[in-house]
Amino acid sequence: MSTEILMPALSPTMTEGKLAKWLKQVGDQVKSGDVLAEIETDKATMEVEAVDEGELLKILVPAGTDNVAVNAPIAILGRQGEMLEAPSARSAPAPQHAVATSAPTADIVPARPSAPVLQHEKEWGATSEMTVREALRDAMAAEMRRDPEVFLMGEEVAQYQGAYKISQGLLDEFGGKRVIDTPITEHGFTGMAVGAAMSGLKPIVEFMTFNFAMQAIDQIINSAAKTLYMSGGQMGCPIVFRGPNGAAARVAAQHSQCYASWYAHCPGLKVVAPYSAADAKGLLRAAIRDPNPVIFLENEILYGHKFAVPTDEDFILPIGKAKIERVGEEVTIIAFSLMVDVALKAADLLDQHGISAEVINLRTIRPLDIETIVASVKKTNRVVCVEEGWPFAGIGAEIAMQITEHAFDWLDAPPARVAGLDVPMPYAANLEKLALPQPSWVVDAVKKLF
Amino acid sequence: MVKRQPKPMASAAPSAKAKASAKGSTRAARTPASDAVMDRDELLQAYETMLLIRRFEEKAGQLYGMGLIGGFCHLYIGQEAVVTGMQHAIGAGDQVITSYRDHGHMLACGMDPRGVMAELTGRSGGYSHGKGGSMHMFSKEKGFYGGHGIVGAQVSLGTGLAFANHYRGNQHVCLTYFGEGASNQGQVFESFNLASLMKLPVVFIIENNRYGMGTSVERASASRDLSQNGAPWHIPGLQVDGMDVLAVKRAGMQAVAHCRAGNGPFLLEMMTYRYRGHSMSDPAKYRTREEVEKMRAEHDCIDLARRELETLGVDDEALKVIDTAIKTRIAEAADFAQASPEPAESELWTDILVEV
Repeated sequence: MSTEILMPALSPTMTEGKLAKWLKQVGDQVKSGDVLAEIETDKATMEVEAVDEGELLKILVPAGTDNVAVNAPIAILGRQGEMLEAPSARSAPAPQHAVATSAPTADIVPARPSAPVLQHEKEWGATSEMTVREALRDAMAAEMRRDPEVFLMGEEVAQYQGAYKISQGLLDEFGGKRVIDTPITEHGFTGMAVGAAMSGLKPIVEFMTFNFAMQAIDQIINSAAKTLYMSGGQMGCPIVFRGPNGAAARVAAQHSQCYASWYAHCPGLKVVAPYSAADAKGLLRAAIRDPNPVIFLENEILYGHKFAVPTDEDFILPIGKAKIERVGEEVTIIAFSLMVDVALKAADLLDQHGISAEVINLRTIRPLDIETIVASVKKTNRVVCVEEGWPFAGIGAEIAMQITEHAFDWLDAPPARVAGLDVPMPYAANLEKLALPQPSWVVDAVKKLF
Repeated sequence: MVKRQPKPMASAAPSAKAKASAKGSTRAARTPASDAVMDRDELLQAYETMLLIRRFEEKAGQLYGMGLIGGFCHLYIGQEAVVTGMQHAIGAGDQVITSYRDHGHMLACGMDPRGVMAELTGRSGGYSHGKGGSMHMFSKEKGFYGGHGIVGAQVSLGTGLAFANHYRGNQHVCLTYFGEGASNQGQVFESFNLASLMKLPVVFIIENNRYGMGTSVERASASRDLSQNGAPWHIPGLQVDGMDVLAVKRAGMQAVAHCRAGNGPFLLEMMTYRYRGHSMSDPAKYRTREEVEKMRAEHDCIDLARRELETLGVDDEALKVIDTAIKTRIAEAADFAQASPEPAESELWTDILVEV
């Protein structure tokens, strides 16, 4: 039986090419792997190798022909002396393009399924005061007691008891097998933890700061966040990446960045940013139990702050649910992490000016609790987002856009944002203070809306 | 047994040899002919796997040419003995992880050629339902953990799979494959350090096919003997004729035994060669046609195995039967890959997060 040799596609973008030269002639015997011809593509000159064996019976496209379409028959291969079938009798399969060549229009893009409506927060009863630091430690200890596949690894987490003393006492309770000091090798140990999670273990990876996680961000995004999708749902990655994020005090540009918008940008990740000790405890427990990769952004300044935390040993908070920290009527202030503190102070100041502000603590940045935000904005008709990170493509920009999409008709003023200044963090005390959002900035932003 | 073959490229490295690190006790990868690592039946099986991979890849190249496979497609033709020999050195429960040149690894792990080919064509019958493509397929059932597109990333991930074995206290070993090009990535050395420090059961396998895309190993690595790249971390290393499936299995058995005994990682440098370009759009102008032809003619892994089978008394007819059966399987895979429907549009929004 004779076989048509088709003009091959030799690059992801090639649709046609020039048949530059034939290296075999009619009557030549051809073996698999022999070079038949040279083809000039949009990128390079490529050699075409034979796949089948036989005699080159006929050349259909002479050398030097331009614009030969991919999949057009260029020659016929067969057994010696074989009668030629008419090339047209066996038409080549039409090339199929998996990727649409034109931008899909809105009506053919399948709509994203809407998120399930989240339940109201449960009442947990009696509380006691504890620091965010203790709350984080207690959350890890509780989950490690509950599940032997949970372990903690990072720099100085074991013998040193944590660079910020978050893992105080964990080595004593759980031993070196489950509380693991790593060398200073973020890229390597993050990849190792992601691999362990792919096999079903549940690592908690502590970064001494999220600034150092930039060394490892490829493993977090390309490996941890995308593999479930790339594997058609087979390969989950139950892992928590946690550590302090954002500015502390006087540690300059390389140790002060907020990564909320970087991680929140990526499908496949959940991004959590607790404010209070109760947030820290309840959300970290939920993050550890979550079967997905969770970025858990803490704040160094908050580590020593005390808050009331439910004493119920089953206390846990849902990821994806914001908390209304203060009820108000005339403006909604949205914040996360340390900026909730700034927002609450601003609300007190606004109260003195006769403006009633509602403060939403996001708790989770992705998935964003847009229902709670929209419900508040529909009541107050004004909104200010507060974040410590840079304004450009920040969380405030995203929230403002979503409010515009979902509650535009309820707005009495454009959504506003307060963010860290668009500069690398300076070291000098006066300059650092000037670069970070203050309660007065929020007050000013709110006043402009009236 | 197999005759001693010259090294794939005379200039590439000295003859196969063992070089132990300070702590390791390694020996020659190629041992006298009496040391049979595969009997006739096992060698036949290995021959079949290598041929399956080759015919699969040839068909994939053909389907790519017809526009049925898109994007990047990195063929494994020439390197078949490496995964085949190593697969014969491991057992159930062991893991395999590699880069984007992964079709051969999947077939050697026992994954169904139909599911692999259908992933290449981006169809719902593919291992990732068409959402991964050539570079991203997985099968927990077969111990195959991908299929990773970032050069070197799989080395840290494989170290993590070995960490999980260690944590669970089982006896499993993770085979972690990467190219000589990836061997220069920083995280590879970070992984060597971590694996040795924690004594993790991981076999690091450098598939040295001499070119990282278009850059020869001599132009990319100051190390002249990659098998010794783990020496500073006391990881024993062997350079192995990666075109000889028996030599590969023999070295693999040594490495796997070392890991199972709790001695930590082992490094194998497989001297191999890819016949095709880096990907389908690579004209491969950085090497001569003669260089490729010489490898194909003198050191082809399938030819070597066939000659060995002939000396073991396997006749032409038996090999033809295998040949025909494989052709049928590949034709079925290609048919399946074209008949399988494209993924439903609703698949766009699934598998982003595990629903809680």
